[in-house]
Amino acid sequence: MEVKKSNPGSTKRFSGLQHFFSGIPASGWLLAAFAAVLLEFYAGDPLTEILGLPKIPALFGIVIILKKPHLIPGAFAYVGLIYLLPIIIVAKITAPATNWISGKLDRMPLWFSAILHLLLLYFVLEIWTDISDYRLLMLKLTLIAIMITLSLNIINGYMGEFSCSHPGFIALGAYVASVFTVGLFVNDRLLGHALLPQALGQFLFPIGLILGGLVAAAGALIVAIPSFRTRGDYLAIISLAFMFIVKSLIENLEVVGGPRGLGGQPDWATLPTVFLWTVLCIWTINNFVESTMGKALNAVRDEESAADAMTVNTRKTKMIAFMFGAFWAGVGGGLFAHVLRYVNPGTFGIKKLAEVLAMVYFGGLNSVFGSIVGAVSFNMLSEALRPLEIFKWIIIPVLLILVMIYRPTGLIAFKHFNVKKILRPRPKSKERV
Amino acid sequence: MPLLQVKNMTHFFTGLRAVHNYNLEINPGEIRGLIGPNGAGKTTIFNLLTGVLRPTEGEITLEGTNIIGLRPHQIAARGIGRTFQNMKLWRHMTVLEHVKMAHYSQLSYGLAGAFFGTNKRVKQENEIEEHAHSLLALMDADQFADQNVLNLPYGVQRRVEMARALATRPRILFLDEPTVGMTPEELVGMMNVFRKIHNELGLAIFLIEHRMKVVMEFCEKVQTLVFGEIIAEGTPDEIQNDPKVIEAYLGKEEVA
Repeated sequence: MEVKKSNPGSTKRFSGLQHFFSGIPASGWLLAAFAAVLLEFYAGDPLTEILGLPKIPALFGIVIILKKPHLIPGAFAYVGLIYLLPIIIVAKITAPATNWISGKLDRMPLWFSAILHLLLLYFVLEIWTDISDYRLLMLKLTLIAIMITLSLNIINGYMGEFSCSHPGFIALGAYVASVFTVGLFVNDRLLGHALLPQALGQFLFPIGLILGGLVAAAGALIVAIPSFRTRGDYLAIISLAFMFIVKSLIENLEVVGGPRGLGGQPDWATLPTVFLWTVLCIWTINNFVESTMGKALNAVRDEESAADAMTVNTRKTKMIAFMFGAFWAGVGGGLFAHVLRYVNPGTFGIKKLAEVLAMVYFGGLNSVFGSIVGAVSFNMLSEALRPLEIFKWIIIPVLLILVMIYRPTGLIAFKHFNVKKILRPRPKSKERV
Repeated sequence: MPLLQVKNMTHFFTGLRAVHNYNLEINPGEIRGLIGPNGAGKTTIFNLLTGVLRPTEGEITLEGTNIIGLRPHQIAARGIGRTFQNMKLWRHMTVLEHVKMAHYSQLSYGLAGAFFGTNKRVKQENEIEEHAHSLLALMDADQFADQNVLNLPYGVQRRVEMARALATRPRILFLDEPTVGMTPEELVGMMNVFRKIHNELGLAIFLIEHRMKVVMEFCEKVQTLVFGEIIAEGTPDEIQNDPKVIEAYLGKEEVA
């Protein structure tokens, strides 16, 4: 599909590299990553001393490279010795074993195999974030960004409308969930004494998140009713208005702190919680877009009149998708508030909108995988380039423009996210070698 | 009782009378034709009958019940399937997805099924997939099931569109110029498709067509529409020799 126009030598080298890694299944990569983070956990500190680094590089050394050029060799050596080499070696050596395991798992129910892989992934992330609080915060925000990007992709990608109200939905979710937890379980200056014991809160926290999601979905209904009567720019305009309405509403509500914001959320958005919600979000959204009911969105986007003539209830389809997207944005917002343990209305403005839109279009429209890639790479990039300060906001837009020129629909657009295919074994057959 | 009955249907596009006093009766299993010069209002009639437009006046009944005011997807689910003059295929979908999509109203797994992938959903999706494959096989297009529809030759696209329309389980099928722009070979294939739909599925067909060959071979009765009015109605032979029809198509004969 894509036109490759680089010189033949580099393509060859690239395909050689691809061939070198092709025999490793997902479980092999996860195991290798597990080995790498374990290595860092035990050998990270001594190695930083040997290499003369001030501390373990938090984000693969990129920040160090940009800030202190004289430490570049050390940072490279660290990344190579802790991540690259161990991952490649372990993945290659264990490939026969992991292929055998993946082959066994392939014949078992998909959910079982998926849960095992996710557990391994979770332990990798848990150990990786154990090194520093910065990593933990970074990871949680990235996971939330995945949820929010994916939920916007339903509307802007799968449905092909242009919605600008996502910051509004996130804000609704964040504030509703915060009011729920702060009001019920915390002695707060604004919201009064705790009504329920804090020990109970941990278990009721999901209810708060779902409540936030539902309020966001109700907000979506308000936007959807007038704007889905016709196609075109109406949704973009009305949703933009909605975003500003929500923002100024919160700014003027003194009960929740007005423009000063609302703080003191309990620390319940732990890594397992955020991880679980993200998995749940990806799972339900992928289920939805892979079903015929969800694919009706694509039919509505590509030819609405044909969808109508083929018995698709177009208005219902659009409403459901819009509210579903808003729901997950709300849940993401609730988690966001509890990760930062402080929210203020200023967060949910045009800048947030630009960020979310950038992640969706960078990653790829109409693709679950694209949204994950978009959210992770955009977050990583924006964290890694932080030392460049103002130049960060030149580099990132330029990258976005380049993506738009060379891949107008995003990095990984219009791709199915097939869990079974991802987890399948990849033994190298003799004749292919 | 006729399957579809239209009485005195009139439609105005703000002042412009597009269709005037249109009457139609289609019985089960019947093939009816509608011909007329470009701009006569043929597609407008299709749009009126399928709920895309709402007639200014008149009655439309499907098996005795009124269908005016229903939304297009409701009318489609009640048994009026249609194809389009310009096909209106979905750009990003495979052939199989097209045909599965048209089963939408037959799915009942609801939101729980869509979000959580219940057993009911798996069962229903498998059922419609099987049905979709059987329809594609009927249309000689099953070998293209997993291809994107835009990559296929025109004749195959037309057959896919036909399979998609059949997947709504219609009792009457509206075909809007199904052979337009076809090569002679593609035309032969399409004629076979018509025969299959009629003989094997026993559907009633309402056909807009410009090719006299197709109309002559299939239609039991043909209407001629000019400026929104029926000027002649009868068997293909009668229509072909009707001086008013000849005049509408070729103009008045100049006497030298």
